[in-house]
Amino acid sequence: MSKYFLNYLDELESEAIFVLREVWAQFENPVILFSGGKDSILVTHLAHKAFYPARVPFPLLHIDTGHNFPETIEFRDRLASEKGLQLLVGSVQQSIDTGRVAEERGKNATRNILQTTTLLDTIEAQKIDCAIGGGRRDEEKARAKERFFSHRDDFGQWDPKNQRPELWNLFNGKQFEGEHFRAFPISNWTEMDVWNYLLREQIDIPSLYFAHERQVVWRNDSWIPVSDHLKLEPGEAIEIKKIRFRTLGDITITGGIESDADTLEKIVTEVAAMRQTERGNRTDDKRSESAMEDRKREGYF
Amino acid sequence: MELNNNQLLRFTTAGSVDDGKSTLIGRLLYDSKSIFEDQLASIEATSKRKGHEGVDLALFTDGLRDEREQGITIDVAYRYFTTPKRKFIIADTPGHIQYTRNMVTGASTANAAIILIDARHGVIEQTKRHAFIASLLQIPHMIVCINKMDLVDHQEAVFNDIVSQFEVFSSKLDVQDVRFIPISALNGDNVVNRSEQMNWYQGSPLLHTLETLHISSDTNKIDARFAVQTVLRPQREGFLDYRGYAGRIASGIYRVGDAVTVLPSGFTSKIASINSGEEEVSEAFAPMSVSMTLEDDIDISRGDMIVKTNNQPEMHQEFDVMLCWLNDQPARPRAKYSLMQTTNEQKAMIKEVVYQIDINTYARNTENKNLTMNAIARVTIKTTRPFMLDSYRDNRMTGSIILIDETTNETVAAGMVV
Ligand SMILES: Nc1nc2c(ncn2[C@@H]2O[C@H](COP(=O)(O)OP(=O)(O)O)[C@@H](O)[C@H]2O)c(=O)[nH]1
Repeated sequence: MSKYFLNYLDELESEAIFVLREVWAQFENPVILFSGGKDSILVTHLAHKAFYPARVPFPLLHIDTGHNFPETIEFRDRLASEKGLQLLVGSVQQSIDTGRVAEERGKNATRNILQTTTLLDTIEAQKIDCAIGGGRRDEEKARAKERFFSHRDDFGQWDPKNQRPELWNLFNGKQFEGEHFRAFPISNWTEMDVWNYLLREQIDIPSLYFAHERQVVWRNDSWIPVSDHLKLEPGEAIEIKKIRFRTLGDITITGGIESDADTLEKIVTEVAAMRQTERGNRTDDKRSESAMEDRKREGYF
Repeated sequence: MELNNNQLLRFTTAGSVDDGKSTLIGRLLYDSKSIFEDQLASIEATSKRKGHEGVDLALFTDGLRDEREQGITIDVAYRYFTTPKRKFIIADTPGHIQYTRNMVTGASTANAAIILIDARHGVIEQTKRHAFIASLLQIPHMIVCINKMDLVDHQEAVFNDIVSQFEVFSSKLDVQDVRFIPISALNGDNVVNRSEQMNWYQGSPLLHTLETLHISSDTNKIDARFAVQTVLRPQREGFLDYRGYAGRIASGIYRVGDAVTVLPSGFTSKIASINSGEEEVSEAFAPMSVSMTLEDDIDISRGDMIVKTNNQPEMHQEFDVMLCWLNDQPARPRAKYSLMQTTNEQKAMIKEVVYQIDINTYARNTENKNLTMNAIARVTIKTTRPFMLDSYRDNRMTGSIILIDETTNETVAAGMVV
């Protein structure tokens, strides 16, 4: 075989870098949607490669549910200051306080859905014309049809039936006043690819991803971490387990799994052996089979 | 896991409704253990609700809710699976007549096309259409899967007959590598595992074929083309004079010291350095994303192309393309559209419709000048500035264009330079 071919990780990296540079070239005011999770950390890392030796030209936008893992916030602040990135924060708490949204009630109440309004308000207020996300097509059925450049109308909505065709490497980012785009540079990565790449590049990720002892409650088939926001239901008991998280979201609904994987190598081995998609541990997708699609239409990530 | 040298292979699937495309993809994912437990649980629940017996593998590939309800696939959906040999990306596109546009979209980046034929029906109109689009988009490898062999008693004669039917019309097409595999997607024969029912078939099962297709030479490594996406000017200590041209190499190989010409200006220089991320490299090749610096200070911006001085594209303001119309709004004769080629954008118009092609019969029609949704036609394009011309046949990355209607901002057409 000739030496002039890329292995799959290099090809995915090259594709993502191409998308990030297209975003920078085609939009006026793009940002990286930063959740503190591994996918948005990966996107930030790829942006670093895409623009080196110049600085990453995108600010990070964090939509803060107020239901954070403290570790996520520490990590976010450290990354922003190390890489010299501007940090924008849209606060869900503020959206609640100003009456833009109402807090959900009940046992599975989450602030994930409320993020949509805060995000769209921030996009409008900051005149953001492209929000770069760490969404991957393998995550969930509804995402399988996403484009790299995904058009949103002036209500921030996605119309899966009327997407612009996307051919070759030719991305059409043209828009009218009030509309915006989402860009997904790591569309073609799977969870396994992400882990393999994080390992290969030795990328720093929050400690929550590694197995650690934590106070948790068994709920919705996973271990929900104890936090100020968690209200115990009758019959639930706090236990201490060695767990790790596969995604980081709203702390009230993000479940961990029992694990001994405390290094990137061990996580890769464990993920390879695992037969559950990572969103399977987030209760908001379990509500209905079409839950993700409904939220996407409304302008969720 | 040792995956270091594993390549990425992108393929599309085409077949008409009920040929078994969803079942085949479901089978590939299932047998290669790419379906996760929770996804399987949700498919099982849906299968039960719809009154299916057992698991309907086809459900795994049905994406959006409307489609699930209508029971049809309506757009391009991407699926992923990995084997110890390769990573695969499937662009799953529907086979209905009104969705030529989706097939073209899915085919544009594919290394291989799987075309499904129902063994009971043999070659039908859709088969010809799918093969035509695969050849039009120059997908390097075509794999024709003759499915539902279990319904024709796994007979070799049926398979051979369909192969000859296919060869009769495919001889008129520009295809380089065609293979035929008899399968039963439902039972898994010759998909991942070799069939015990069809010992007469000497070739590889589908998955093994996909794992071993020679794809390194699918990208053009001869004509060096590098379209500048953006210019990197780090305003910081140590890099104050740095001017890096960032882009993804479309084709060919670049080395430090190469004599290059910048188009369209025609200025010449030499490559001073090449960076891949933080790492300085001495050579780089397609499809790497890199940044380059040149020895001379030249004015270069987005849309310019850096090529090797001894291998340059021709510059033309009028040229022919095979155009596929993708929009509900028909083409407006002589209207100005925005034309994108690599990172270059300029105004252009369709000067003339030379002929349209009937994708079922491959007949040419020189009378009909109206380009409506799904039309495929040879047209003459006129641009306002010189266009760097590489034929699509030689170069899928620089020989491809899209047209954007600036009154709607929609991508209305895709074209391949003749
Ligand atoms: N007997 C048999 N039936 C098949 C085979 N492949 C698919 N089918 C059936 O054909 C029907 C259509 O299959 P589906 O995968 O939904 O077709 P699609 O419309 O091409 O996606 C379903 O009832 C499948 O179970 C096969 O190899 N043998």
